[in-house]
Amino acid sequence: MSDATKPPNGSGSQSPGIIGKRVPKLDALDKATGRAQYGHDVTLPGMLVGKILYANVPHARIVSVDIARAQKLRGVRAVITGANNPGRKFGYGTDNTPLKGDKVRCRRDEVAAVAAVDEDTANEALELIRVEYDELPAVFDPRAALVEGAPKIHHDKPSNLFTRYDYSHGDAERAFDSADVVVEGDFDLPYVTHSAMETAFCLAAFDLQGHLTVWSTTQIPFLLQRDLSEALGIPGREIRVIQPTIGGSFGRGLDVYPFEPITVQLAQATGKPVRISFSRTEEFFASAHRQPAIVRMRSAARHDGTLWAREARLVLDAGAYISWGAVTPLVMMETVASLYRVPHAKFVADVVYTNNLPTGAMRGYGNPQSTFFTEVQMDELAEKLGMDPVEFRLKNANQPNEETPQGLKITSCGLRECITEAAQRIGWESRAATDERRFETDEPHVRRGVGIACTLNVGGGARIYRSDGCGATVKVDDFGRVTLVTGSTEIGQGSETALAQIVAEAMGVRLEDVTVINSDTSVKPWDVGVHASRTTFIAGNAAWRAAQDAKRQILAHAAQMLNVSADALEIGDRIVRVKDDGRQVAFDKVVRALHYREGGTFVIGTGWYDPPTQLVDKDTYKGNISAAFGFGAQAVEVLVDMETGKVRVLRLVAAHDVGRAINPMYCEGQIEGGVQMGVGYALTEELLVRDGQILNPTFLDYRVPTALDMPEIETVLIETADPEGPFGAKGVGEMGGTPTAAAIANAIFDATGVRLRRLPMTGERVLAAIIKGESNAASQTEP
Amino acid sequence: MRDNLLRMAKMRFPILLVVNGEEHELEIDPRRTLLQTLREELELGGTHLGCDSGDCGACTVLLDGEPAPSCLVLAADCDGRAIVTVEGLLQNGEPHAVQKALVAQGGIQCGYCTPGIVVSSVALLRANPNPNEAEVREAIAGNLCRCTGYQKIVEAVLAAAK
Ligand code: FES
Ligand code: FES
Repeated sequence: MSDATKPPNGSGSQSPGIIGKRVPKLDALDKATGRAQYGHDVTLPGMLVGKILYANVPHARIVSVDIARAQKLRGVRAVITGANNPGRKFGYGTDNTPLKGDKVRCRRDEVAAVAAVDEDTANEALELIRVEYDELPAVFDPRAALVEGAPKIHHDKPSNLFTRYDYSHGDAERAFDSADVVVEGDFDLPYVTHSAMETAFCLAAFDLQGHLTVWSTTQIPFLLQRDLSEALGIPGREIRVIQPTIGGSFGRGLDVYPFEPITVQLAQATGKPVRISFSRTEEFFASAHRQPAIVRMRSAARHDGTLWAREARLVLDAGAYISWGAVTPLVMMETVASLYRVPHAKFVADVVYTNNLPTGAMRGYGNPQSTFFTEVQMDELAEKLGMDPVEFRLKNANQPNEETPQGLKITSCGLRECITEAAQRIGWESRAATDERRFETDEPHVRRGVGIACTLNVGGGARIYRSDGCGATVKVDDFGRVTLVTGSTEIGQGSETALAQIVAEAMGVRLEDVTVINSDTSVKPWDVGVHASRTTFIAGNAAWRAAQDAKRQILAHAAQMLNVSADALEIGDRIVRVKDDGRQVAFDKVVRALHYREGGTFVIGTGWYDPPTQLVDKDTYKGNISAAFGFGAQAVEVLVDMETGKVRVLRLVAAHDVGRAINPMYCEGQIEGGVQMGVGYALTEELLVRDGQILNPTFLDYRVPTALDMPEIETVLIETADPEGPFGAKGVGEMGGTPTAAAIANAIFDATGVRLRRLPMTGERVLAAIIKGESNAASQTEP
Repeated sequence: MRDNLLRMAKMRFPILLVVNGEEHELEIDPRRTLLQTLREELELGGTHLGCDSGDCGACTVLLDGEPAPSCLVLAADCDGRAIVTVEGLLQNGEPHAVQKALVAQGGIQCGYCTPGIVVSSVALLRANPNPNEAEVREAIAGNLCRCTGYQKIVEAVLAAAK
């Protein structure tokens, strides 16, 4: 039998079971036929519709809120304000309240809310509420917010600087003096937003004991329990969170939002179930977007092609309230300090309050930003060194079993294979061979180019919270059905199916005999949440342990029944058999035999997994936050129209080290979906924000890539069999979108000779850069 | 304007909706969209609300055989017309080839866009049983998907055509 505490990592002998099979998601047929129940489909008898009145002024004192007319409207059941329903402080920065009583700090601030019998009535009631404001000076530029005398967003905070991250290793300052080539540039990264196709939703209902049930699109059901408790003063043990099928989230659900406690307050005020569903417009301005970044970056290398030093200084706009998005610099510094071997590195990031909309976490958690500026500069260094960008990357690539100066313990690492595969499949050799290829296009004003960029991601959880753990139970019933109850959450990514495969493999049962329950905090064991690409790795290890435990119980009893030792048994197709002589007993019969006897019992296995990692040191930010690291390289071929600046991505090869693909189809799916977000980040997506207001809150004006905008994606899974991952698997959820923008920027440079340092690289911006003849040489400093 | 709307809110119009081959006699508020009517009156939850402004395709249904965003169509304008939703594409309980292919090829993640994608693809295959990749991409260009990068969706629709 295998080691009782660890699943096999796939490097040794492997049963030809369900691991590595392209099986459909367990819920795919329900989704294909319209039967899946999403949040918007959940209704309860007597349910009311809740709506929120937003401030729509960026910074003001609330003088008065007149709700009298709204209260009188027929069909209105409650109107609440910060005055009659104060709520308590909550959130990552403990700086937010459900409804705002005295002051609003951004246009999204929730001033009043109504519950009514239908949506029309609720909307009409909102229009009847009169709010008088005393406007205050506002600040929208985070750099201006740091200046002495700037309007203060929170009076109980020492300044608008929420926090500064200051990391270094080696001697970055002097390293630049001893470097042979240095490149330097300013980067400007926009607001972008998750754009999950299902908008956020919350339904709150109290039972007769006064206990609260909340249906939610959250990614953190257990932390939501705690956050709601904090915001409302309801004991956490009286709060139950249920997650219906979730139509995408991508980090949106990583924080509690004011509308969630507000929904509960409306339910309290009316004694009825209340639902608030975001409209698409609300989704655009009331979600916590990926924060914009203002970046000054330099990178250095030696003549022999050794990467030598990096220094990045960032200002990050947190908006009016701090979310978990404020922690993204931890991930950004990882890219700067540990993607490739970097002898000297410095990273400073200021997280700043402004009167802009609150920003937060979005897929990649800082990494798409940092990988963009880091990987563009890798290309610039290669160019300045006169070295092939692929060769330069290979020379400096991370290697298996090395610890980075930051303290990341890299174990399995397929970065070199990823680079080689991506380069070869995009046809990199021909890039080196001739300059002519740039002009080999159908039209004379169109240029062709190829580019590459790499990524390093956490792949074995990420300890940004005190626990990075997940619990699981595996129950076997008397008909032989195996039920995994996992703390983790399915948001569409397919982890549910991967976990079922892990349990089926661990126990030796059929996949179709496995059910997964993962949607109710009153049933499932604790988990920190679905983020950081952690679910297959963390919840997978927990599920494997629970399955082993259940299997052990079954084999122990079957051993009694068959009068052999448990070691002599194996589980086959719905049977337990003696390996040597083939004697057998039905799998379900073993469970029944356990029930139907004196002193009987039942079969339930438990498993808990919290990876062997550390919180980073609070002063140096060093430490191993993940039990494994994922790597990838993406190579793209683009066409650039020199007359319009328009960029078309023709082909994209995404080669990623996934450890081992539990389900290759959904590993590819995660990467391909990530690529799509990366293409949007690179070329089209930008929330236009002026004076704290979003100017383009529709899909017509905020351009998520369509099927016509997407290139053919060739995904290559590199399997390195991670020693800690379940069956060797590492997390894959976020890295697909991380290197894409840099790869495209590098390809645009190859085609046109201009470097773009601002996203998105719209036709307008590319054309302006071409006209300016802006080459990287212009902004480089000679050492 | 507002008074007019309020007056309309009190009015109800009798219509006949033919949805997935079944006739429904309804008394409807003339301001209601087809999407609201399908979801709220007929409890056909498979047609999804993604934007309510015609920009995402999650609400796509077949209206007299043509794909249409049901959030932009008033139910009152559908009197007597044939409507097919994702639920209506099963034949004797058998999913349509497009539905099967999306399941088998991994074209479904969160699945919120899926009903709209299914409906648009079925319409394509009825008009053009042998589409090429570009035609498939064109046919689903009005259906936003945030999860898949469309790669496996396109592969699935091409597979369903075979
Ligand atoms: S909901 Fe109709 S197109 Fe988006
Ligand atoms: S599968 Fe999630 S939006 Fe398409």
